[in-house]
Amino acid sequence: MLANKLNPKIFEKDVEMKAIRDGYGDGLLIAGEANPDIVVLCADLTESTRSQKFAEKFPKRFFELGVAEQNLAAVAAGLGVSGKIPFISSYATFSPGRNWEQIRTTIAYNDSNVKIAGHHAGIMTGPDGATHEATEDVAIMRTLPNMRVFVPCDWIEAKKATIAAAKLWGPTYIRFAREKSPVVTTEKTPFTPGKAEILWQSKKPQALIVASGVLVHNALLAARELENEKIGTVVLNLHTIKPIDEEKIASLAQKCGAAVSVEEHQIYGGIGSAVAEVLAKNHPVPQEFIGMQDTFGESGNPWDLVKKYGMDAKDIRHAVKKVLRRK
Amino acid sequence: MLEPLHEKKLKFLEEKANQIREDLIETLLEAGSGHSAGPLGMTDIFTALYFHILNHHPRNPNWEDRDRLVLSNGHICPVRYVAMAHAGYFPIEELKTLRKINSRLQGHPHRTALPGVETTSGPLGSGLSQSVGMALAGKLDNKKYKVFCLMSDGEHNSGNLWEAAMFAGKNKLNNLIGVIDRNNIQIDGFTEEIMPIEPLKEKYEAFNWHVIEVDGHNIEAFVDAVNEAHAIYEKPTVIIAHTIPGKGVSFMENDYTWHGKPPDKEEAKKALSELRTLGGKIESEHK
Repeated sequence: MLANKLNPKIFEKDVEMKAIRDGYGDGLLIAGEANPDIVVLCADLTESTRSQKFAEKFPKRFFELGVAEQNLAAVAAGLGVSGKIPFISSYATFSPGRNWEQIRTTIAYNDSNVKIAGHHAGIMTGPDGATHEATEDVAIMRTLPNMRVFVPCDWIEAKKATIAAAKLWGPTYIRFAREKSPVVTTEKTPFTPGKAEILWQSKKPQALIVASGVLVHNALLAARELENEKIGTVVLNLHTIKPIDEEKIASLAQKCGAAVSVEEHQIYGGIGSAVAEVLAKNHPVPQEFIGMQDTFGESGNPWDLVKKYGMDAKDIRHAVKKVLRRK
Repeated sequence: MLEPLHEKKLKFLEEKANQIREDLIETLLEAGSGHSAGPLGMTDIFTALYFHILNHHPRNPNWEDRDRLVLSNGHICPVRYVAMAHAGYFPIEELKTLRKINSRLQGHPHRTALPGVETTSGPLGSGLSQSVGMALAGKLDNKKYKVFCLMSDGEHNSGNLWEAAMFAGKNKLNNLIGVIDRNNIQIDGFTEEIMPIEPLKEKYEAFNWHVIEVDGHNIEAFVDAVNEAHAIYEKPTVIIAHTIPGKGVSFMENDYTWHGKPPDKEEAKKALSELRTLGGKIESEHK
């Protein structure tokens, strides 16, 4: 059954839809009002990455760098070691894609207090095609020492993650999706960085579903359908990929005896890999991996792409059944 | 304006530069790896910066109003380390730890390892961007500090550097002073053969910078150039410092094979003898 304080319309047809990236824009405004040291940098994608409202409200604290993502990262690094809290945004294929080395050296290793907002992440970027669909960003960010990684599941959580990133000291990556997606949480849903949240809990869970980002909703849909088939699950919203909530994942895996990871990202190196690391270290159980199966995306309607690439609620359901057979 | 450079101070700086070159050779010999040509070529400029130009407190390296000295071409850090040790940032004795395990003196400089090192650098082309960030922060906070960004000529091959140059010009960052070590060499050979960067002056001017060219071994001329940069209000300034790689050690000068290697024991002995006698001009008391 669903946890408390979630959107009561979560399973309704008319569930509110809003883009996760909208939470970035709203979070920036709130964080920017609270702290004058927050500055925002953008690389010719101000509106698209939802930096516009901040730019209008705080024009002196907003910097347009043009199509230059390497400069974006390293200028922010300089600001970050000079008392500022810079947020940089672009599409995730460009930042942290194109400028990964600058992020590694001048932000992560240099320990500069920069917040990296990777937008249009995942294949649900849709019609733009695979050049603009970042499916490797979590892997390349979570491998960096000093780097914190958030993957919010809806726009409300994205807002909370943005505000949390502003308050927590240190390099941080936050992943945002472009397309409107179901609102899963409410303002009252707990969000504690580093603590994974149980969103669905069956009485006798047989499998743990660990999901991140926009696919958390599909995981919940799958959990409800499985419940109808008398298969109990726990759905864990892993909004912080790093530092990962090792304790909760391990203890739930032990209780359930099987796990399915769900991510709109490459299964090699991403969230499923992070979960597998925790399981291997603490309590190995069979695991199935929902996500991009070592392939690039393509152009298309976002929801059709999710189906085509095997990340729909039905696919999650099948993965749960498959992992149960491996117990 | 900087303090006037009197004859006595100039002599002190020239002697200091020579001491730094001597310690450089000894430090590189002890380390057993590292770069020789670049550090020797930039010794006069580092001496001028740490002992005359920079507004800084070596015993309080995080003083918030300090001038920032960013070394973009991190591989010449041995000269920065030696100059910092002489300026009082850390004991000269510690230079022996360069490139060794558990040392604060990393092979390429690391900000959080050693107070006074403003950035982590080594991968070329991104120091100017970081300097731009510091200069922007200074403007936002109404601070008077200047940001000096030392770059190599070879790293002007990199696109990131020109992204930063374009952005600095756009924002009229007059608190930013770039200094280019124009020594004409990079690892694979001579810069104009590897990837020509000339006309460098005109390139920067086209990016809305004020450009000054100086002899990088003439401390007085370099100090004058920094004064001129301080007087430019509408633009960032870049000082193209023409230097001789390996300066002060005849067999290293202008030879690009000395870019990335240290002297061995015999070579170090020869180099030190040259430096201590100023190329045979004076009798050394410790030959």
